[in-house]
Amino acid sequence: MFAALGDWTAYALLGLSPEGSLGPAVQFFVMDTAKIFAMLVAVIYVMGLLRAMISPERVREYVRGKPKGVARSLAVGLGAVTPFCSCSSVPLFIGFVEAGIPLGVTFSFLIASPMINEVAVVLLVGILGWKLTALYVASGLAVAYAGGIAMERLRPERWVADYVWQIQMGETAHPAVDNSLPGRHRFAVGEVREIVGRIWKWVLLGIGVGALFHGYVPQAWVSAYLAGGEWWSVPAAVLIGVPLYANATGVIPVAEAMLAKEVAIGTVLALMMAIAALSLPEMLILRKVLHWKALAYYAAILAGAFVLVGWGFNLLA
Amino acid sequence: MTREVKVLGSGCRNCRNTAALIEEVAAEQGVAIDLQKVEETAEIMRYGVMSTPGVVVDGEVVHAGGVPDRKEVAQWLDAPR
Repeated sequence: MFAALGDWTAYALLGLSPEGSLGPAVQFFVMDTAKIFAMLVAVIYVMGLLRAMISPERVREYVRGKPKGVARSLAVGLGAVTPFCSCSSVPLFIGFVEAGIPLGVTFSFLIASPMINEVAVVLLVGILGWKLTALYVASGLAVAYAGGIAMERLRPERWVADYVWQIQMGETAHPAVDNSLPGRHRFAVGEVREIVGRIWKWVLLGIGVGALFHGYVPQAWVSAYLAGGEWWSVPAAVLIGVPLYANATGVIPVAEAMLAKEVAIGTVLALMMAIAALSLPEMLILRKVLHWKALAYYAAILAGAFVLVGWGFNLLA
Repeated sequence: MTREVKVLGSGCRNCRNTAALIEEVAAEQGVAIDLQKVEETAEIMRYGVMSTPGVVVDGEVVHAGGVPDRKEVAQWLDAPR
């Protein structure tokens, strides 16, 4: 249905040729814009209706006081079902520290949260299939788990800003929620508005990049340099992806276009994770609670992990 | 009597939208409010709120995370004290 809409707009309405570069690019852009936004609205609405997202306040309560291994597994797992807004990462960091949650566990949560969430998972399954979704989620969880442990080894306590240790947090507030059906509906509509309002730019940007790749990057060039999983293509993908930011949904169309041209799967996964997990704006926000050295190690450890994941999948493929 | 309303948040767009919405609804209902923006992280945390924006009405946290719904705001301002 969405492909037909794309075909109609590009080839019938605008009269572009399916053989050129512009035609397929426009077709991809129209198709993916319609498909992704329709899915986004539907999925966020349903998640809102079910109240399937867990608040960071709850995560803090579940994780605090647990033995470290359990705490880390919980942090990684719950990070995947907690909606993430980089504007909350400072209070979140402080709240975890104040609850006595080990820093390594907090880092595990910070890695998992932006990379994986229910909305992105449903879209991934719908657009890229369950197999790629499973690989993405499994490697994301593994990187979050191991990345937190690696950070812990560096004794990051010394890089936490002094004022953070002094903050006393009050009793966690859980405002009463209206669980009647109209209440749930209002909440779900609010979620759609809030989340789509926040991420639409990144999604559109991702679709634009995907469309350019789809229309303008020659298949022969991709086959020659990116399809065989050349070793340098993975670190190159990570280097490009780390400073870039799009949320987890925005990277899906880019991956879609790359996979359609048969770019090696490890290279695609490494790029997706690097774009979704690390971003310059989040780093600047975290700078309020952490010395830049901690952030540099954080970025380096994650970049290293993504390269390993990419190489691993390219070897297996 | 004036209701004391605090919007907790570090100055992000959602926090400003929340404050504007509360002012609007209060004006519509003719409820006198004293609206304050709490931007200091330490103070936000004292209310036990990690996901911003949060809303405190007469000392009680009624909302955390995301812009609240207009109907919700109306209920807070209407609630008996």
